[in-house]
Amino acid sequence: MNPWYLLTLVGKDRPGIVAGVTSALYKEGANLGEASMVQLGGNFTIMVLAQYEGTTDELSKAILPVAKDFDLRLHVDPVLEPRHQASIPDVRITVYGADRAGIVAEVTTALAEAGLNILNLETDVGGAIYILIIEGTASQGIDALQKVLDNLAREKNLETRLSPIDTLIG
Amino acid sequence: MAIRDVLVYPDPRLKQISSPVTKFDSALQDFIRDLNDTMLAGPGCVGIAAPQVGHFERIVIVDLTSKPKNPNHGKLVLINPVIVESSGEKIGREGCLSVPDYTGNIVRAKNITLSAYDEEGNPQSYEMKGFEARVAQHEIDHLDGRLFLDRLVCRRSELFPRQNYAE
Ligand SMILES: [Zn+2]
Repeated sequence: MNPWYLLTLVGKDRPGIVAGVTSALYKEGANLGEASMVQLGGNFTIMVLAQYEGTTDELSKAILPVAKDFDLRLHVDPVLEPRHQASIPDVRITVYGADRAGIVAEVTTALAEAGLNILNLETDVGGAIYILIIEGTASQGIDALQKVLDNLAREKNLETRLSPIDTLIG
Repeated sequence: MAIRDVLVYPDPRLKQISSPVTKFDSALQDFIRDLNDTMLAGPGCVGIAAPQVGHFERIVIVDLTSKPKNPNHGKLVLINPVIVESSGEKIGREGCLSVPDYTGNIVRAKNITLSAYDEEGNPQSYEMKGFEARVAQHEIDHLDGRLFLDRLVCRRSELFPRQNYAE
């Protein structure tokens, strides 16, 4: 089995980046795994798992030309356990409030202490509102997280919502 | 007890549309028993549809006896089910016996009214909400050749359910 790598590419957004990068990977014989490709500010960010027969250096060298074409910074890391069983989130938390410095740090620190393991976090800024959507696993149970969120709502003037994720199998 | 083989994506038969049941005979009862055994053999499985075992008739089982926290009707055999009314929207996570090792977020109606026949051919009507309504919608989709994969929503669009804007 060929080894897996995590490629990170970041640069000013412009049309064709995804097509250019994935085509280059395909031509090099790389097999793609999960990816996150998202515009952040004026940047475009790509993080993608790829299986490739060569070394880290060989993969970097192979992808560097396309990265240069699009003015992207490229970073390649080897990945040890790419296909470990992905954790299934059992809780979704939404927090929003008036935008100010420190919301994410306060919320995630409090939740981490109450046993939350974050699997996916997205934030959005809409006008004066800061929004956090978190999915994760509650290692100390949902009640511990609910308590923390109630405190945050009271002390930090944030709106919080916790919903258990009950995954349907059918 | 007979556990049948489950069709797994990308088997093209999962796209097939199933036909209504017309005979409520002993062959139907035998099939329902097998379908139930197959569902019970799936870990954590709360529903199954006939086409998932390659039988293309409009039969599903919804069984939330293992989820007492959610309001539900227990085990239901729904034959020729039709959703006659639906309201609200809710995001929830779904997986499928026919799509192993993957779960995704899906928007479904929060409340449904469903008409169906029971195993003996008597017409029935059910009001369902939340998780049970979700399971019924997932299973009925199978009868129309649809998988939950056809309804995946982008993470960003989940941020706020659309109803929040409409209200
Ligand atoms: Zn299914």
